[in-house]
Amino acid sequence: MKLQLKVWRQQNTNTEGTFADYTLNEVSPDMSFLEMLDVLNEQLLGKGQDPVAFDHDCREGICGSCSMMINGKPHGPENMTTTCQLHMRKFNDGDNIVIEPWRASAFPVIKDLAVDRSAFDRIIQAGGFISVNTGNAQDGNTLPIPKPDADSAMDAAACIGCGACVAACKNASAMLFTAAKVAHLGYLPQGQPERNKRVLRMVNQMDSEGFGNCTNTLDCEAACPKGISADNIARLNRDFLKAKLKGISA
Amino acid sequence: MILDSKIPSGPIEQKWDKHRAEVKLVNPANKRKYRILVVGSGLAGASAAASLAELGYNVDCFTFHDSPRRAHSIAAQGGINAAKNYQNDGDSIYRLFYDTVKGGDFRAREGNVYRLAQVSTNIIDQCVAQGVPFAREYGGYLSNRSFGGAQVSRTFYAKGQTGQQLLLGAYSALSRQIGAGTVTMHTRSEMMELVVVDGHAKGIVTRDLVSGKIESWAGDAVILATGGYSNVFYLSTNAMACNVTSIWRAHKKGAGLANPCFTQIHPTSIPQHGEYQSKLTLMSESLRNDGRVWVPKSANEKRAPHEIPEQDRDYYLERKYPSFGNLSPRDIASRAAKEVCDEGRGVGPGGRGVYLDFSAAIHRLGEKTIAERYGNLFEMYERITGENPYKVPMRIYPAPHYTMGGLWVDYNLMSTIPGLHVLGEANFSDHGANRLGASALMQGLADGYFVIPNTIGHYLASDTGNKVGTDHPEFKKAEAEVQARLHTFLSIKGKRTTTSFHRELGMLMWNNCGMARSEASLQQALSRIPEIREEFWNNLNVLGSGLEMNIALEQAGRVADFLEFAELMCWDALERDESCGGHFRTEHQTEDGEAKRNDQDFCHSAVWEYTGTDSKPIRHKEELTFENIKLATRSYK
Repeated sequence: MKLQLKVWRQQNTNTEGTFADYTLNEVSPDMSFLEMLDVLNEQLLGKGQDPVAFDHDCREGICGSCSMMINGKPHGPENMTTTCQLHMRKFNDGDNIVIEPWRASAFPVIKDLAVDRSAFDRIIQAGGFISVNTGNAQDGNTLPIPKPDADSAMDAAACIGCGACVAACKNASAMLFTAAKVAHLGYLPQGQPERNKRVLRMVNQMDSEGFGNCTNTLDCEAACPKGISADNIARLNRDFLKAKLKGISA
Repeated sequence: MILDSKIPSGPIEQKWDKHRAEVKLVNPANKRKYRILVVGSGLAGASAAASLAELGYNVDCFTFHDSPRRAHSIAAQGGINAAKNYQNDGDSIYRLFYDTVKGGDFRAREGNVYRLAQVSTNIIDQCVAQGVPFAREYGGYLSNRSFGGAQVSRTFYAKGQTGQQLLLGAYSALSRQIGAGTVTMHTRSEMMELVVVDGHAKGIVTRDLVSGKIESWAGDAVILATGGYSNVFYLSTNAMACNVTSIWRAHKKGAGLANPCFTQIHPTSIPQHGEYQSKLTLMSESLRNDGRVWVPKSANEKRAPHEIPEQDRDYYLERKYPSFGNLSPRDIASRAAKEVCDEGRGVGPGGRGVYLDFSAAIHRLGEKTIAERYGNLFEMYERITGENPYKVPMRIYPAPHYTMGGLWVDYNLMSTIPGLHVLGEANFSDHGANRLGASALMQGLADGYFVIPNTIGHYLASDTGNKVGTDHPEFKKAEAEVQARLHTFLSIKGKRTTTSFHRELGMLMWNNCGMARSEASLQQALSRIPEIREEFWNNLNVLGSGLEMNIALEQAGRVADFLEFAELMCWDALERDESCGGHFRTEHQTEDGEAKRNDQDFCHSAVWEYTGTDSKPIRHKEELTFENIKLATRSYK
């Protein structure tokens, strides 16, 4: 396959970026999208040009590192698929492909396609945990959890923290990410003691990081490579309102 | 090099309790006077950093990822073992201990393995309390499944994403401490050098991967939890950035490196499909619970799999190992796959693959049940290969996956450098010559949650040398060395990329020190590696500068260390003149092709001492004694 690439190049956070055009002549349909970029980078290095920086690691769709807009869609055209799991057989010979970093003011570009997602970590640090010190736990089976609850918790916990939800959102809202964690812990009995404070603290942190507001257009759900449901956002809103009405302070 | 394992005396079931009662403690008010540097934020690193901070220590945690949640522990699929015996099927601490020692082909320390089995049950409790959403039965109780190398169901799991959920549990505990200010997290920060002052590990030098800044960090103890070195083979199931650098740097500073030739080749990976391939993708071993492994009986088979009748199929694992069948341990299943492919009976492009067939299980249980158990794995397979495993058997082939070798540690998880502790896959301690499935998660979390918090105090309350700051000359010296090395990479200005060297080394290691090794193949590798290394240092092409995000420069440092480490791996494989577990020397096999151990001469761990890049390292021995399990030939027949 022959491809025309338009790739965002930006030296660092403080410089302006621009698109650069590249042509790749021998792309195999069995390559993953990142392997295609590897080939591009080897080609660039051969020509004495700076390779394209992008985050990636496990290449199994689970670490959540890879993060690029491909033809305007987070992680590209295939549903429920991270960039590393996207294969070139989903493209056609002669295609033009536009590759950009996540665009959100809370995710500043570090270089080329790599962005700073540490805001997500700070949201978790604000309350995305159960406060249990090592050694405190009782036997795991002393706390039976109905299977539907455990399954729902697992579905919400499957979030890989890639940021596609933010990138897809016109407001760059982090509601789906935050809601997934609030719902995961909220489904479980272990998560109840801190449920009210957790949601308040995480939402406060989310807002202070500069993420936009949720307007329920659900692009986040459509873009999520792990199929995290926007129902979780409804749960977050309910928990948030309940905590507020109870007059609980963060 | 003194190798004192510090295994407590007394009956094995009392050793850990006795040890905990005897080690020195640091009182709560004094804990805050100590600073501990934790390198790595996977299961072992994150759990250690969180637990030590909970105890009151000051902790700095370093990862080269953009977030601690991205460590490669996250990719573990199948599960985590624990001797809970919830299934009432005869499991016990002793049996998990026995299975692990036997699975490791009698090349691990009994004392360490027994402790691992003991604390395995606490791990499950801790993770449940953190909110890890383990699979449950309809009654609400925890669900288990069976795994390779065991005849009981002791594996806890969270769909096919157990590693992810356990890591997110540890990450949440770590995040809580970061939020509380007790752990300072350093992301996109790669350890470049260990600093040793007067014989004690006192700090590290890092490179900030965004700004390129070289920085020193001083502490009272250093913990390395930086994973394994499977990427020495270039193509492996490890993540792209997994590397040997931190343990290799420590080794060069005096830490003994044990059994580097003990590498695990996982039997169920998706076969390689092209030259440009960057990594191999694992299909969880749990698939072997319901999938049947087979190849055609004839090497000339041309039919599609569904057209091949039963009588023309060879279910070779079931045939050769009737009692364990498709659940034979990894090393055995991998070698059996290689053997049938070497006979020309392999399937798929290049004949490097075997079928993993679910048609019988789908017929028996229905597609829905299979989808519930393995749905995400089937989807992943289809995305990568373009084939639907509900209709067509999967094709699988072994791939480098885990490394049992690593830095030598004693019972306290301390290396031969006082103050330097090593956790998880980075150490050598518990899996001997082969690791059983679902035991890596167990060991990483055992080390981080339950062992190191109990043992590090013993070091801190003993002689730790003088307290030093980053203004100490050793730090300045280490920083200068790091700078000089980076400068060299950038100034070679040759023709070849780091990836091309890495690929060349990987191919050599896979062919000569992979699933099967021989004296001839190892000698060949030992003469070839220095040549590749020399070309690397003369013909490498790294562009840009060190003062920016520079991915080629990051890779150059890692590949340079692999090029030195690979040689040690081959020395170890050569001098271990026996077959055991994942280490298969073709000269040493039984009549039916099984690994043939030599307990007379090799019932020990080989611990290597560094003597210089171009000089042969010194091989030391830690003898292994088996008091509780009789040394026996491993049989899964």
